[in-house]
Amino acid sequence: MNGSLATPEIVLALCGMGILLFGVLRRGDGGLICSMLTIGALLLAAVLVAGGAFGLAFEGQFLVDPMSVFSKFLILAAAILGVVLSLDYNAREGIGRFEFPVLMLFATLGMMVMVSAGNMMSLYLGIELQSLSIYVLAAFARDDVRSAEAGLKYFVLGALASGLLLYGITLVYGFSGSMDFAAIRQALSDPTRVSEGLIVGVVFVIAGFAFKVAAVPFHMWTPDVYEGAPSPVTAFLGTAPKVAAMVLFLRVMVGPFGHVLMQWQALIEIVSVASMILGALAAIGQSNIKRLMAYSSIGHMGYVLIGLACGNAAGLRGALVYLVVYVFMFLGTFAVILAMRRRGQAVETIADLAGLGRNDPALAMAMAVFMFSMAGIPPLSGFFGKLYVFLAAVQSGLWTLAIIGVLTSVVGAFYYLRIVKVMYFDAAREAFDRRPASLSVVAAATGLFTTFFFIAPAPVLDAAQAAARVLFG
Amino acid sequence: MIYAVAVLVPLFGSAVAGLLGRAIGDRAAQAVTILCMIVATICGETAFIQLVWGGAPTGTVRLAEWVSAGSFHVDWALRYDTLSAVMVAMVTFVATLIHIYSIGYMGHEHKPVARFFSYLSLFSFAMLMLVTANNLLQLFFGWEGVGLMSYLLIGYWYERPSACAAAIKAFVVNRIGDLFFAVGIAMVFFLFGSVSFSTIFAAVPQHLNDTYALFGTNYRALEVICILLFIGAMGKSAQIGLHVWLPDAMEGPTPVSALIHAATMVTAGVFLMARISPILEHAPVALGVITVIGASTALFAATIGCVQNDIKRVIAYSTCSQLGYMFIAAGVGAYQVSIFHLVTHAFFKALLFLSAGSVIHAMSDEQDMRRMGGLWKKIPLTYTMMWAGSLALAGIFPFAGYYSKDAILEAAFADGSPVAIYGFVCGVLAAFLTAFYSWRLLLMTFHGRSRADHHVLEHVHESPLVMTGPLIVLAVGALIAGFSLRGLFIGADWHAFWRNSVGVAPGNHILARMEEIPAWAALAPSVLALLGIALAYIMYVAVPTLPAGIAARFAPIYRFLLNKWYFDELYDAVLVRPFFALARLLWQVGDVTIIDGVPNSIAHIAEDSAEQAVKLQTGSIAVYAFSMLIGVVLLITIFLIFR
Repeated sequence: MNGSLATPEIVLALCGMGILLFGVLRRGDGGLICSMLTIGALLLAAVLVAGGAFGLAFEGQFLVDPMSVFSKFLILAAAILGVVLSLDYNAREGIGRFEFPVLMLFATLGMMVMVSAGNMMSLYLGIELQSLSIYVLAAFARDDVRSAEAGLKYFVLGALASGLLLYGITLVYGFSGSMDFAAIRQALSDPTRVSEGLIVGVVFVIAGFAFKVAAVPFHMWTPDVYEGAPSPVTAFLGTAPKVAAMVLFLRVMVGPFGHVLMQWQALIEIVSVASMILGALAAIGQSNIKRLMAYSSIGHMGYVLIGLACGNAAGLRGALVYLVVYVFMFLGTFAVILAMRRRGQAVETIADLAGLGRNDPALAMAMAVFMFSMAGIPPLSGFFGKLYVFLAAVQSGLWTLAIIGVLTSVVGAFYYLRIVKVMYFDAAREAFDRRPASLSVVAAATGLFTTFFFIAPAPVLDAAQAAARVLFG
Repeated sequence: MIYAVAVLVPLFGSAVAGLLGRAIGDRAAQAVTILCMIVATICGETAFIQLVWGGAPTGTVRLAEWVSAGSFHVDWALRYDTLSAVMVAMVTFVATLIHIYSIGYMGHEHKPVARFFSYLSLFSFAMLMLVTANNLLQLFFGWEGVGLMSYLLIGYWYERPSACAAAIKAFVVNRIGDLFFAVGIAMVFFLFGSVSFSTIFAAVPQHLNDTYALFGTNYRALEVICILLFIGAMGKSAQIGLHVWLPDAMEGPTPVSALIHAATMVTAGVFLMARISPILEHAPVALGVITVIGASTALFAATIGCVQNDIKRVIAYSTCSQLGYMFIAAGVGAYQVSIFHLVTHAFFKALLFLSAGSVIHAMSDEQDMRRMGGLWKKIPLTYTMMWAGSLALAGIFPFAGYYSKDAILEAAFADGSPVAIYGFVCGVLAAFLTAFYSWRLLLMTFHGRSRADHHVLEHVHESPLVMTGPLIVLAVGALIAGFSLRGLFIGADWHAFWRNSVGVAPGNHILARMEEIPAWAALAPSVLALLGIALAYIMYVAVPTLPAGIAARFAPIYRFLLNKWYFDELYDAVLVRPFFALARLLWQVGDVTIIDGVPNSIAHIAEDSAEQAVKLQTGSIAVYAFSMLIGVVLLITIFLIFR
């Protein structure tokens, strides 16, 4: 029993309750100050994560290893940037209530529990804490029909997915006799104990995770929720929970179910290919940029799943690097989307970007960087994300995945480059409102990361390598 | 060293005129290029004099390393021996005169002419690189350089479609020769492991019996190399088969025709033969081929020259014909004689072209001799110059052509082999025709009644000094070059003069045997030349109706000659049209249908799929939930089937 390993989570939970209390007791509008406090709490959690030791706690339900630390940093970074992105937007849209940052904080707490889970129970606990917070966030602009609809849809479908996941966990428990990851792995090392019931359970677990990472065919909620939810929520929703769910996905598939790799590998390949293709094709017809980003993120998750399909350390490393790269590209793009505001009104069609190259060259340059990066054009970070997963796929002999990945990224390049074309070559429209400093900071930070990742990729690569090694001894 | 200066200064002049021409203006650009050319000439002549009379040692001037890849090393280096020095002296001298002449000739241009002078200088540089190259690759660099400048200068008046077509034709035909040349260079490297002349020549004895197998037959490698390089020379020197570009090249300004298409560039092929003579000496078959091609070209081009009406085309065909003579000499192993004729020819052919240019200038750009006549009183100086050039060309004593052309025919006769006798016969007949068409040109242009309209006649005027000056210098050259250089080039002491720069095998005594041929053979060319002049006089002065009558009587032959033996038509039918048809096929089927079509249809498929892909996205939660369940069922099915 080594409860101190969970210090960051415990501190974050206490901070969350403290801020909630503060917000309730303080009269008037406390959105901004609570956001600041939240950012402080998240930073404190990051410091504690950095200072923590590795090990198991709570009877193996909670574990801290390089992989969980790696993903916690990424989640916290995404959460902090997410809160920063929401500052200006919430104030202008009249949803700057103090619950907003607190909900983000609790969602982040849920994610941290997810990536530290060592047991099906703690896994489910983390997922539900995270999901319930985000259901509320998606519907946060409660006067807006689209937002309410998004929250409701997400909730109903999320509940269904949770049901599938829970059912899968039950089956796995029933056929392996344990909830603990290590114990399940131990049990499955004996091929005679791999029954069909257990395999059905694994498929249900995969379905649950596929929903969380929005992989085809469990992606249907994504476009509607991304479009309907307030933009800062979408930015958050598209990054931190994806990281948490994907890391958990990797951990569960490679850890407890590692010995049945041959059984599930084909499924992951199918899901990956379907996600890449749908992400590339469906985005072509979109005119709403948030909807486009939804399909784009489906495609990106398809690429990350290539790494999982490899089922080896190289693939895992590729997937983790891809997640890092993806998070910053996605947040940066949303910083630009949040800056799309004319006369106080948020606009979100692609055509609204026309003339950005002339009206706001710096912002257009940042957007162009993100688009080129998402299209996978060297030397931007998106290229390296793809490079490492394709490399792993080729080394593992998964040529089909690598070839389809390359082909879909060619198709994807079409709609990314179309945005660049609209910004620089289409007849200019009225300029956007002055962009707030918070967005400029996020866009600049993520833009610089995306542009200059190639100069020193070593720290990220090393951390991903260390994280991947955990699961492969 | 002054030798390097002579080669590199024109490059500098060209760069200044070409890059800064707009900024510094035409006058300054002309001044810079001409000054550079004068410096180059002084250096070039000095280098020549030092080598011949000053006893300077031969050697190489290494400028820089060019290529170093594995065992393949090439330097930028200038070869300093008699052959190169002769060429440098000749090229710089003629090029300078033509630069000066161009000031006058291009004086009526409406557009800035800095570009023209830049091209001329760059051409001079490329030609100098060619003749001073110390290895085959550098020679090829110069070779391509002069080809490029020739293209640019033929097409100088780029608004004229005919000039553009002629430029493209010249370039493409030259490319055919260049391809063989490049393959030849590759084979040299393959055989000798080097492209440097000194290495190659030293290694020739070790490779005498090397063979090269092609299609199951073995050929001697040296023969194959020589034939390949000779085909390259045929392209550049407009020998029969690859000659079609030269007459069309007359679309360029006349100074260009004089410099590039008469005096220097077209002789590059002859120079190449002399340069690789140490190899050629061991390739008797190749030598035979060279003689036959040269002799055929000499006669063939002369026949066409007799019926052409464009003053520049007549001279162009005469150039073709004279180049044929030079190849006859090379083919019988008398390389010294071929270079001798090359040098004298440079003088009198440049003179003829520039005189023709002076006539054209006087006649307000009229080139058709049928609309000239009776000009001799109006432009007497040009008339005199034309006489000097024609006398030299026809080989009348004591003009330059008499010495060099007769030497070629003597060498061919002295050789005595069947191909050499073929060369002699063709050469003598061509000498007769040469004299005939030269005087036809003179008489049609300057004598008889004027056939020009009076507007043109009113403006006829003698050219300015800047144009006539170079003419006089060249005329002096055409007069004295023969007897003054004969002793050096092909006299008894030729060993001392050439100093191994021309490879002559131990058994090759052609120069000595030339002196021993019977008198009738030595006199035949001169006698026939005089007969040719007489015939021209009878036909165009004494009985002016005769030409039309002959043309009508022998209409098929006349048309055959007038249409240049139908070479252009033949090539058009055999090569150009099928090629265009193939290109059209590749364009319409290969490119438009397949290469464009495939991506376009793929894009359409992607677009349609995109439409289908979003159709499921109805917004209904029930559909979404249902699709999730279907997904689970599908996955489980796949899982259970494939496990």
